[in-house]
Amino acid sequence: MKLIAAMSGGVDSAVAAARAVEAGHEVIGVHLALAANPQKYRSGARGCCTIEDSHDARRAADVIGIPFYIWDMAEEFHDGVVEDFLAEYSAGRTPNPCLRCNEKIKFAAVLDRARAMGYDGVVTGHYARTEIGPHGKTLHRAVDHSKDQSYVLSVLTIEQINGAIFPLGDTTKVDIRAEAERRGLAVAQKPDSHDICFVPSGDNAGWLRDRLGSEVGPIVDQDGNKIGEHKGAYTYTIGQRKGLGLTVPTADGSPRFVLKIEPVSNTVVVGAREDLAITTMRGERPVWCGPAVTSEHKRGFVQVRAHGAALPCTYFFDGTLLVATLDEPLLGLATGQAMVIYDGDRVVGSATICETQ
Amino acid sequence: MPSIYVDHAATTPLSPAAFKAITAQLQELGNPSSLHTHGRATRKALEDAREAIAQQVSCLPSEVIFTASGTEANNIALKGLWWNGKAQGKKVVVISAVEHHAILDPAHWLETHEGAEVIQVPVDVHGVINLDFLKDLITKRSEEIAVISIMHSNNETGVIQPIQEVVAMAGKIPVHTDAVQSFKKVPLSYKDLGVTALTLSAHKVGGPLGIGALILRRAYEIPALLHGGGQEREIRSGTLNAPSIVAFSAAATEKYPSNEVQALRDNFIKAIHQEIPDAYVNGEASQRLPGIVNVTFPGTQSDTLLLLLDNAHVSASTGSACSAGVHEASHVLLAMGHTEATAQSSLRFSFGAASTQADVDFVMSVLPDVISTGRAANLK
Repeated sequence: MKLIAAMSGGVDSAVAAARAVEAGHEVIGVHLALAANPQKYRSGARGCCTIEDSHDARRAADVIGIPFYIWDMAEEFHDGVVEDFLAEYSAGRTPNPCLRCNEKIKFAAVLDRARAMGYDGVVTGHYARTEIGPHGKTLHRAVDHSKDQSYVLSVLTIEQINGAIFPLGDTTKVDIRAEAERRGLAVAQKPDSHDICFVPSGDNAGWLRDRLGSEVGPIVDQDGNKIGEHKGAYTYTIGQRKGLGLTVPTADGSPRFVLKIEPVSNTVVVGAREDLAITTMRGERPVWCGPAVTSEHKRGFVQVRAHGAALPCTYFFDGTLLVATLDEPLLGLATGQAMVIYDGDRVVGSATICETQ
Repeated sequence: MPSIYVDHAATTPLSPAAFKAITAQLQELGNPSSLHTHGRATRKALEDAREAIAQQVSCLPSEVIFTASGTEANNIALKGLWWNGKAQGKKVVVISAVEHHAILDPAHWLETHEGAEVIQVPVDVHGVINLDFLKDLITKRSEEIAVISIMHSNNETGVIQPIQEVVAMAGKIPVHTDAVQSFKKVPLSYKDLGVTALTLSAHKVGGPLGIGALILRRAYEIPALLHGGGQEREIRSGTLNAPSIVAFSAAATEKYPSNEVQALRDNFIKAIHQEIPDAYVNGEASQRLPGIVNVTFPGTQSDTLLLLLDNAHVSASTGSACSAGVHEASHVLLAMGHTEATAQSSLRFSFGAASTQADVDFVMSVLPDVISTGRAANLK
């Protein structure tokens, strides 16, 4: 196949590209420039798309022996990922920008351009697997569950999965680093990237405050009594306990948790731990990574955070929303996050959580 | 299969004579500043080279200052001439809107760090500087202008600028011209142009990378950027790179087949007009260098075109600068009235002494497909 390897400058995508070449594919490396004004250097594990990262990607491509190009996707990234991130936060939800990036950039803008240019698919260093089964190509968890990234890939449609190659899904991270070393790739020991790539400081709350302002608003209890003030509702997360700055103690001295963020009234609602518990979640804009979910109630697992646990549940599609009912209550679930349904290791589909109860 | 090289404006193949000269000189021992037999032998070879290069641009050998690049020569000239002017209370730097970054960036540096006022002379849609603007500027602010630097020809479009007219208008104001692209391609006489300073680079004419020259009027003093042994008139220090200098001379004294290169260029342009009717050549109505063609292909993105061409074994360029590997819209094309979108849909093809009709034919055998695929892949 003719493939485009998306190379971030990190160890995973470098080994993925090398493996694709070794598998006999015709591969070219492409680094996506996603920041309009990239920083020169990476600071530790934070940020990406620095000039240094693009140099690392180029060097890896040269060592592997494949052509290398840089694609400027800064505009698409800003419109599709950064703007969405801000809009979600201002609506009181907690978005996951990595999902949006996979959905709108890596397996949309890049894959579409690749296909238009006569390429068959996109290779990435994501830890996930695909399998060809009775239902065609399906998406599965990586063998290394601690590194599994199928959660952030759950927004891919069947069409996108068909164009995606994940060569690392059968290997642990430790082995990938060792392999990079063996292959002479200088990025072998480069630290993993964490956090949100377009917030290089790592200070999400500060970054949001700079862009969305910090309008002071009330912190209220469930009866609506004002018990404190906040500096921008969107800097709080559901389930948050620390940093609320509340001086009025509860009657029994038990701690308070953020239960709800109401963007219109700029209000943060707090309450007791048990009030965080939910058993049912509903998600909008579902995407099926294989056969469509129907109204038939099925048993499976739902995952609500990138590296969260797979929670046993019963799920179905009500025609508009994907609904999952948990066997055990869950504490502190933010809307805006993705709910991803698994059938064992297979990704069934995902949706953006819009309601919990 | 090897790729066809149509990027001679970026760098050229080392000429056999230059290769012979550099390898021979690399085996010779001797610092040209040493006074003993070894040193004198190297000095002899070096001064022979200096004289030969001087003859090529009609200047005195003593007016040749060797540098490590065209960029360095531009920096020495622009900053040095500006500092001279500043000492007399003159703070204005005049450049064109289409200068290479090796002039644009030092000018902006002078603005940011030294308090210079930079004025850019605009160009028309054909890429030629607006002489009326310059005349008006000189009339009004002659006493404030420290230096005028206008390139002899543009590296992206090949458009040649009216330097003699600039010099005539400038009067006593020193004029520098970056002639890196023009050298050997079109007649270039330091004496006839009447400029104060002129920049050359070896690797654009079949010489090695890492060697350039600033031609600066005899006995003209400007402050140095690099201080040390004072080898080149105290204006440029550093042990002279004798192997590269003799190779520069060997390449510079070879004949450049201007007519043949221009014929190839014209065949190429004709074929483009025939095969891709909506493509247009930037600066086509202007006097241009024989080897450079800058073409806009509406509805494409140049980075995609470069990838597809590379894949089809053609090495071309956008001609504009990269920032982190991302092609910025060319400031040259923007200055000529392009929009960001059309500037980002443009490619530079540049032919050289070694180019053949077979190269043109090969490029044209893949270009129409590349353009139509590029259009399909332009999803913006």
